[in-house]
Order: sequence, then structure tokens, then C-alpha cells
Amino acid sequence: MNIRTVTRTSLLGLLGVVALAAAPAVSAQSQVSIGMQQEPTTLDPTSDATAAIDGIITHNVMESLTISTETGAIEPDLAESWTVSDDGLTYTFKLAQGVKFHDGTDFDAEDVKFSFDRAMAEDSENPTKDIFKPVESVTVIDPHTVEIKLSAPDAFFLFNISRGDASIVGSESVDGNKTDPVGTGPYAFDSWTRGDRLTLKKNPDHRNADNVAMDTVVFRFISDPAAASAALMAGELDAYPGFPAPELLPQFEADPRFEVVVGSTEGEVILAMNNAKPPFDNVEVRRAISTAIDRDEIIEGAMYGRAVPIGSFYPPHGPAYEDLTGKYPHDAEKAKQMFEEAGVAGTTMTLRVPPFPYATRSAEIIQAELAEAGIDAKVENVEWGFWLDEVYKKKNYDMTIIAHTSPNDMGNFARGKDYFYGFEDPAFTELWTSISTEADETKRNELLKQGQEYLAENAIHGFLFQLPQLGVYAKDLQGYWTSSPVLYEPLSNLTWAD
Amino acid sequence: MSYFIARRVAGFLLTLLAVSVIVFAVMNVLPGDPALTILGIDSTEEARAALRERLGLDAPVTERYAAWVAGAVRGDFGTSYSFGVPVGELIGERLPLTLSLAVSGMIVTVALALTLGITAAARHGKGGDWIIMLLSQLGIAVPAFWLSMLLVLLFAVKLRWLPPGGFPGWGEPVQAVRSLILPTVALALVQSAVLARVTRSAALEVMRLDFVRTARATGFGPRHVLWRHVLPNALVPIVTIVGLQFAALVTGTIVIENVFYLPGLGRLLFQSIANRDLVTVQALVMLFATFVVTANFLVDIAYVLIDPRLREARA
Repeated sequence: MNIRTVTRTSLLGLLGVVALAAAPAVSAQSQVSIGMQQEPTTLDPTSDATAAIDGIITHNVMESLTISTETGAIEPDLAESWTVSDDGLTYTFKLAQGVKFHDGTDFDAEDVKFSFDRAMAEDSENPTKDIFKPVESVTVIDPHTVEIKLSAPDAFFLFNISRGDASIVGSESVDGNKTDPVGTGPYAFDSWTRGDRLTLKKNPDHRNADNVAMDTVVFRFISDPAAASAALMAGELDAYPGFPAPELLPQFEADPRFEVVVGSTEGEVILAMNNAKPPFDNVEVRRAISTAIDRDEIIEGAMYGRAVPIGSFYPPHGPAYEDLTGKYPHDAEKAKQMFEEAGVAGTTMTLRVPPFPYATRSAEIIQAELAEAGIDAKVENVEWGFWLDEVYKKKNYDMTIIAHTSPNDMGNFARGKDYFYGFEDPAFTELWTSISTEADETKRNELLKQGQEYLAENAIHGFLFQLPQLGVYAKDLQGYWTSSPVLYEPLSNLTWAD
Repeated sequence: MSYFIARRVAGFLLTLLAVSVIVFAVMNVLPGDPALTILGIDSTEEARAALRERLGLDAPVTERYAAWVAGAVRGDFGTSYSFGVPVGELIGERLPLTLSLAVSGMIVTVALALTLGITAAARHGKGGDWIIMLLSQLGIAVPAFWLSMLLVLLFAVKLRWLPPGGFPGWGEPVQAVRSLILPTVALALVQSAVLARVTRSAALEVMRLDFVRTARATGFGPRHVLWRHVLPNALVPIVTIVGLQFAALVTGTIVIENVFYLPGLGRLLFQSIANRDLVTVQALVMLFATFVVTANFLVDIAYVLIDPRLREARA
């Protein structure tokens, strides 16, 4: 054997391995693979606010008393029905009967009390403890009835208790929930290969099991956009609901095997300004900045045209939405004049940007737009940990770009001067208090409109666009949500078309 | 010889100690509160304080460092802040994949590079040499992640022969091997380009020497001369580069694991840094440092084995 044959043989051998390996992939009709960008580090939605935990566990493995629909309406879940006292302070929940946790233990009113007491406790690590603040007491009336008393009316109470933070956990299994979550949901946790995939299996004993089509749901953690799109193209993934790269969508739109869905989220993307720091404490400067920015240009450049502009801090798909995008029409000349009048023309402002594509891309365009209006904006791309420390905690910034992804978060503007907005106005705080305690929906929506108008009028921040939910789905997959009003999405509706 | 090994082991331990101090210091100077990173910006200060206390982050830095070193000596690397499980367990889950990838990458690199390098040397100045050197120049110039994407587009998306990424675990051996083929090739092609050039020039150097002419004159065939006489005498520079490359392969898996979404140590390191998971990052950097130092140590030992003259000099 000479060298040439050695080379040839090893090349043939390599090809042989490749050919041998080329077995066709089998895809079962009761299984679905879903791509996710962020991998959770733990799996307990009641101790960690990571959106990916809710995306996998909430209302799939663990359930709450109530559940939201795709449009944000509240429906019964573990609570089959409820009554509210006239003063809006006492909620009496009738619980579903015959429900068991995945470990075989029974679910009853004691578990509800346990879950709420645990979330409200002094040493609780519940990341959104605020939602339990209005709760005064939780009382077990009988094994299938729970009474929750509030200290003040809370318009968002039924919505808030549908969230993963208010998941009902079992006292027997709670300690293991971070790595082996046990709930009452239509799916039971099966396995988790960290860094690769997490598998859920259908719970055959669930009260709705007859209507659950998928036996196995596999979440694959693929954060790199190019890798994610290769995985979809190769048929490794059936769905990628939070697709990270709008620039890669045209290839899926052109491919008959896929459906591309552009929905909405609860994420308002804002050009946040440090209201406590000059010159941003001057409303005229903030208005000038709002006049200098061109939302359409930002959406075109940063999101490839796939986002809806906002003029205030409320999602366009919400029932109380008011279109205020025309409040400060883009006009570079006018903005320049406004900056001159405020005495800041020609100054330098810093834009500290966290490492998210929507933010870094928007920053470059805003920088150019401010330059047109005579402001020299310096863009500093910072790492997430740095952003949390310097911008969020120490408020050491002029401007930043960030998406607020929580629902009903207009209350951020009532968090006082210590919050990173550096904004405080007793008038708005009062308005927010009346919003959050108004039980009547029509009246509340009126107040929410006032809130939006106030924030736009005072140009607290530059309001840019609503973060879209970009999803790529296999053509035959049905039953997914196109928009999410919440961080979770029930998998029990997913089916394959025949 | 034993003095030589003792000195190398002492150097080995000192390097690791230095690495531990540097890593600890750097992670503490870096901005970013683990509790805020874990709980998110909409969390309450109350919840963050509770988490900081549970993680033991309220203790002074020196105290935390001492506790960590004391644990590490006993083999206890602590509990991951973000995953909430022992760091040893996290690493144990992922080590097999990264090692499999590095070892298979190394084997393919060496096999490919020696074959191509020796072939090129044997055809010195002819067409074959010219083509191999052109290809290896290309291999050196191409970034591994870009090559990875091209391989995925061809073999996974277009031809559908191999999966585009992921790793099902060694419980499914066929699928596991299939998953490793593309990452191995991506790792090995770039590295073997470097090694092939080194092999070629080392072989050419030796081919000029008198004993090669003598061997040819004795009547040995060209293949025998190349593999039995030229290669063994050209091994010292080759082994040096292989040692450096093993370290590069282990760290190169960080990029490759992210492109092929493989659950290995590189991806764990990536995630842990983003999550400000101090204890996990420390343990991983220590582990990577151990790999590199061990590879260098083995290269030193290999010199002595390859070259009898060194053995006599050190004895």
C-alpha cells in the first residue's frame, strides 16, 4: 500500500462513516420539538422569574388557580369557579376535584393555602412577591373551597394568580421543584439534559387528558440564530416561537414547509431617560428627544420592519390602548430648535445599551437621528451584568434602551425616585393606585388611557415599539398562540394536521 | 527523572493556585449582582436580599475564597448559584461530551495532518505538494464557526445525512456518533491545516540529512523511508504542536459547542458567565487550566521518550 492508497482508503472510510450515519430521521405524529433561545437554570417558576421557566413549566407542568387565554381573558384552571364579594375584598374559589399531583399525592385546598403562604412568607424568594402584597389571608373552608381576603381591591388579582409565580405546588414535592418540578398539569416533567433538551410527557390522569394530542414535547435549547435556523431547515425542530433573528425570516416565508407568525408580546421597548439627571429632568429636552427619533426608521432598521410602534407605555393589543404615536411627529429641524431653546444643543449624551439585538441595533439608528438634531450621542454597548449594576441599580446613565416584558407594568412609573427611571410624580402615583384598585373594567380602561396620555405628554421616555413575537412553525402544526399576553403558553392545544 | 517530574508537578500545582486567585479576583471585580441576574429586573429588592443570603454572597470576599479553596481540596466545588445543583455534578454530566469531542478531534487532526504533511513532503515542489499547501493555507484562514455553518448547511440542511447539532447522550450510541461527526470535522480541519504544514517542513528538514540518503542507498522503498526513518526523526516539532493543539482543541470546543448546540463544558462556561454563576465559572476555568497544563506536561514527557539524547542529558 503506497501513500496514495493510504489517503484514498482513509477518505473512503470517512465517506463510509458519513453514508452509514445517513439514516432517515423518524418523526412521530404525537411528538413536537420546540426551539428555545434561553435555557432555564432551574425549573421552579415560584422562585425564579426567568421567562423560559414559565414558557416550559407554567400551565403545562404546574397549574394555577386561573389561566389566561391568548387575548388575556381570565378563565378557570385549578379553581373551577369563584365569587367575589361586593367590596372586592373576598374571593371564594371552588376547586377542581379528583386532581392529583404527578407524584400521586392529592391536590386540595391545603395545597393552595400552602402555596400562597410560602410565596408571601418573610424569607420567600418569589421574584414577583409584589403580586401577593394585597393578600391579607388565605383560609381553607373545606377541602375544595378556599377563601382569599385582600386588604385593598386589586384589579389585577385574578390575572396575577394565573402567573407562574402563583403556581400551586405540593408541600411534599416543593423542595425538589428546582430540578424535578411536580405539579398537577397536563404534562409531567420527564427529563432534562442541561445545555441540550428538556422533555415533558403527557399526564394521562389529567382532567383534560382526552383533549391533549401531543404525548411528548421536547424543548431544545438553541440560542445561536444561524444554528436555530439550520435546525428548523433540517427538520430537527417543529417550532421556534421566540425566533431571535428577524433578518432570517424571509427564507422561512419563502419555504412552503413553514409558517412565519408575527405576533405581539407584553414587551414595550423604550429609550429610557434618567429623569433624575440633568438635562433629562427638563421635560422640553425629553420632548425634543422624542421629536428627534423616527420610530418607522428604527423599526425598519432594527427589526426589519416587524414591529408595531408605540407612543406610550401600553401594548397595542391591549383593550385600553390609545394610539399616541402622533404626539411628537419626527422632525429633525424642530428637534434641533427645541434642543437649542433648552440650551443643550451640541452637547454629548451617553446611550448605554444592553447586549440584546433589538437594543444594539436601535441604538445605532437613534445615534444617527440625534446627530441630525445636533446632539452627539455616544453609544456604549455594555454587558448584561454591567448594565444591571450601573444602569439599573446605580442609575449611572443618561439614556438606555430596554424592553419591559411584564404585563400591567405601567406601575413602574409609580416606583419612585429609587427606580432606575429616576422619575416621581405624586399625581401619577395616585393615578396608578386608582388604576390598580379599580375593579370595573370599563372604568379601569379609561384610567389606563389617562395614564398613557400622561406618560406621552410628559415624554418620560422615548417610546419606541412593541417587541414582536416572531415565530417559525411547521406548516402542519396547529393550536399555538401567535401572541402572548403572559410569559407562559399552554401546550395542550397543540396538534398535527392530518 | 524523578526530580524532573517532581518539579513539573510543583509547577503544575502552583499554576492552578495562581489561576484560582486570578479567576476569583476577576469574577469579583466584574460588575453584575448574581441575585439580580437570576431574579430579573422586575424582581423586588426583598427577594434579591433573600437569595443573596442563601447563596452566601453577603460574606466577605476573602472568607468566600478560603471556603472555596478548602472545599475544592476535598473535591467539593460547591453548589452552582444558578442551577442549584453541585458543580461537580454539572461538570460530570458534560465532561464526557467535551472530552469525546476533543479526543476525536485530535485523532482526526493527527491522522489527516500526518498523511497530508508527509505526502506533501514526499512530493516536494510538485503538484501534490502545491495543492496540499494551498488547501492548508485555506484551512488556517477559515474561522471554525464559519466552516461549521457551511458543513451544517451542506450535510444537515441540504443532504440531510447528519443532524445539524445537539447530542442525545451515549445512551444512543449511533445517534451520538452521528452528532459528533460534523463538530469533529469542523474542529479537526482547521487544526490539521496547521499541523500538516508543520509536519511537511519537519519532514523536509529531516529528508536532507545524511542518514536518509544512507537508508535510500541501502535499498529501502520510499514509503518505508518516509514512515520509518523520516517521520520518527521529525516528531519533536510535531509533538510540540500537537500538545499546543490539544489545549486549543479543548478550548475550541467552546465555540464549536455553541454553534452545534452541544451540551458540553464550553456551553456551560458560556451560560455560567452570563448568569454570574461564580462557583461554576471558577471550577470550569480551573478544569480548562488543568487540561492545558497536563497537555504541556505530557509533551515534556513525550520529548524524553522520543529523543533518547534528552533522556541521557536529564539523567
